[in-house]
Amino acid sequence: METYTLIVLLLAATLRVATPLLLAALAGMFSERSGVIDLGLEGKMLGAAFAAAAVSAVTGSAWAGLAAGVLTSVALALLIGFACITHRGNQVVAAMAVNIMVAGLGPSLALAWFHLGGQTPQLDAPGQRFVEIVWPWAERARETPFPGLLYAELLSGHSLVVYLAAALVPAGAWVLYRTRFGLRLRAVGENPAAVDTAGISVNGLRYQAVLISGMLCGVAGTYLSTAASSGFVRDMTAGKGYLALAALIFGKWRPYPTLGACLLFAFTDALATRLQGVALPLVGVIPVQFILALPYVLTVLLLAGFVGKAVAPKAIGVPYAKEQ
Amino acid sequence: MHPASLPAPARLAALTAMLALLPLAAAGDFLPAIVYDFGGKFDRSFNQSASEGAERFKKETGIAFREFEITNAAQREQVMTQFARRGVAIIVAVGFTQASAVEKVAKEFPAVKFTIIDGTVDLPNVQSVNFREQESSFLCGMLAALASKTGRVGFVGGMDIPLIRKFALGYRAGAQYVNPGIEVFENMTGTTPAAWGDPTKGAELARSQFGRGADVIFHAAGATGIGVMQAARDEGRFSIGCDSNQNYLHPGSVLTSAVKRVDVAVYRAFMDAKNGTWQAGPLFLGLAENGVDWALDEHNRPLVTPEMEQRVNQARADIISGKVKVPEYRAP
Repeated sequence: METYTLIVLLLAATLRVATPLLLAALAGMFSERSGVIDLGLEGKMLGAAFAAAAVSAVTGSAWAGLAAGVLTSVALALLIGFACITHRGNQVVAAMAVNIMVAGLGPSLALAWFHLGGQTPQLDAPGQRFVEIVWPWAERARETPFPGLLYAELLSGHSLVVYLAAALVPAGAWVLYRTRFGLRLRAVGENPAAVDTAGISVNGLRYQAVLISGMLCGVAGTYLSTAASSGFVRDMTAGKGYLALAALIFGKWRPYPTLGACLLFAFTDALATRLQGVALPLVGVIPVQFILALPYVLTVLLLAGFVGKAVAPKAIGVPYAKEQ
Repeated sequence: MHPASLPAPARLAALTAMLALLPLAAAGDFLPAIVYDFGGKFDRSFNQSASEGAERFKKETGIAFREFEITNAAQREQVMTQFARRGVAIIVAVGFTQASAVEKVAKEFPAVKFTIIDGTVDLPNVQSVNFREQESSFLCGMLAALASKTGRVGFVGGMDIPLIRKFALGYRAGAQYVNPGIEVFENMTGTTPAAWGDPTKGAELARSQFGRGADVIFHAAGATGIGVMQAARDEGRFSIGCDSNQNYLHPGSVLTSAVKRVDVAVYRAFMDAKNGTWQAGPLFLGLAENGVDWALDEHNRPLVTPEMEQRVNQARADIISGKVKVPEYRAP
């Protein structure tokens, strides 16, 4: 019985941890499918996390925070786009520059505006955060373990962003595979010259992709600072952007496998959190260091053994020039 | 504080202090200096506490002090060298990350006194101030055990270093002092400095401990702890703050805070240096020296019953008198 409760709680934690990863990975999917490497996920998320927390703290509205987060992330995405698409700069260098810039700029602005040592104020007042949505009868359902607890913990009790991220997977798949825009987007990542010959603007498509990526990263960053926690602190993305990129490659740049990869990463993370200091049958208590390394070990093993070859979009990382 | 918001004489003083950054201190003038760590002096935590101690010294003696808030790691050595070269009598460096800079500059300027807080540098002109965190953690462990209804309490540490193990050990001992059969869950956030600034992970760790039945969680995890405290409030359980008095963050949910009186350490260092009683070598501040304590104020007053308060204060007196021994973590 207790094991069952623990498993349900573990799965619920997996959903919460997977949400920012999934949003960022989907963002990366659109950008990379159009041929633009999206190493800037980390920076865009961090920028959005800062803007969302700052605006929410000042205005008292999480929705204003979300708008600010998305706008900031889009602005950063366009900056990368301007450097890489219009001016055909190196995509990796431009994205890393943005990551480093945001890592310094966020705490500096927070320090200048709020004088709290590089953090934003605690988001405490009602309405400043995206709080958990409790579904009807969740409290009463909790009394019956199966399926009540599943309903109460797993389906109910997450913030709006979690449900949004879940809905975005089929939506993203539909856009990518069932619309004209999606077809062109995939084509521009494989063979931009062909798209150009068909009379469609390569740069225009890539800008649209980068824009979508910016919006999704904005939501991911907002989730970190206004839903999963209550305020911005230095480097709060803690490598989630890079992890999302790994999940995207793991998922071979496809929506559903990417979802699976994000859930797997989140599950190992949630598992690591819960395994610490717990005595397991036969082996006893596992050292903390091993537990903390577990997600990475698992990732290496899976990538090495089970996924097979991940083939990137052919034109990824190559700026497109009409005449050469 | 912006200079414009100060009264006129203070503004003048601030201005002269700024101007005086160039040539400085006729020989014989006593001039103390303090170097804050990352976070700056208004971080509502460690550095702010240090700056309060320095301000208290200034208020009581009328002696101005120099201060510097570093914004990148390379500045530590530069600013300490500058201070030392300009005839500062004592430099207080806040935070263990400054140890290597102190070691280097202290060797170069053997006549200047250095005090490092929360770190250890073994040189004839360096005083290393450390706190007996295990003692305040012990009292917090007692309070946690007294407040817990489930008989299960939790601890969330930041980076897995001996200092944090020290907190954990004291906390566990305190909880078991009240209730020998209590279950104490211990989690560390990570093994890199990133573990100090990951509130999302902190909240997840707290939720996992709540899920296993804990109803009070003590954090010693810097900004990661903000997530722990938020999770406790969201789930209607208790948290215990760390380093500075964090009771005000979520009144009604923060049971108490294990405070570390960095201000006392700074004030003592300045005062001792001025009076000529400053001594190099290790200095430990515990409950007896008012270096650490548990926090009781209007924000957690309703949560602490008179019996709880009485038992904790009794234990506090017993620790000071030596009747109760708090175990100390030794790095293996």
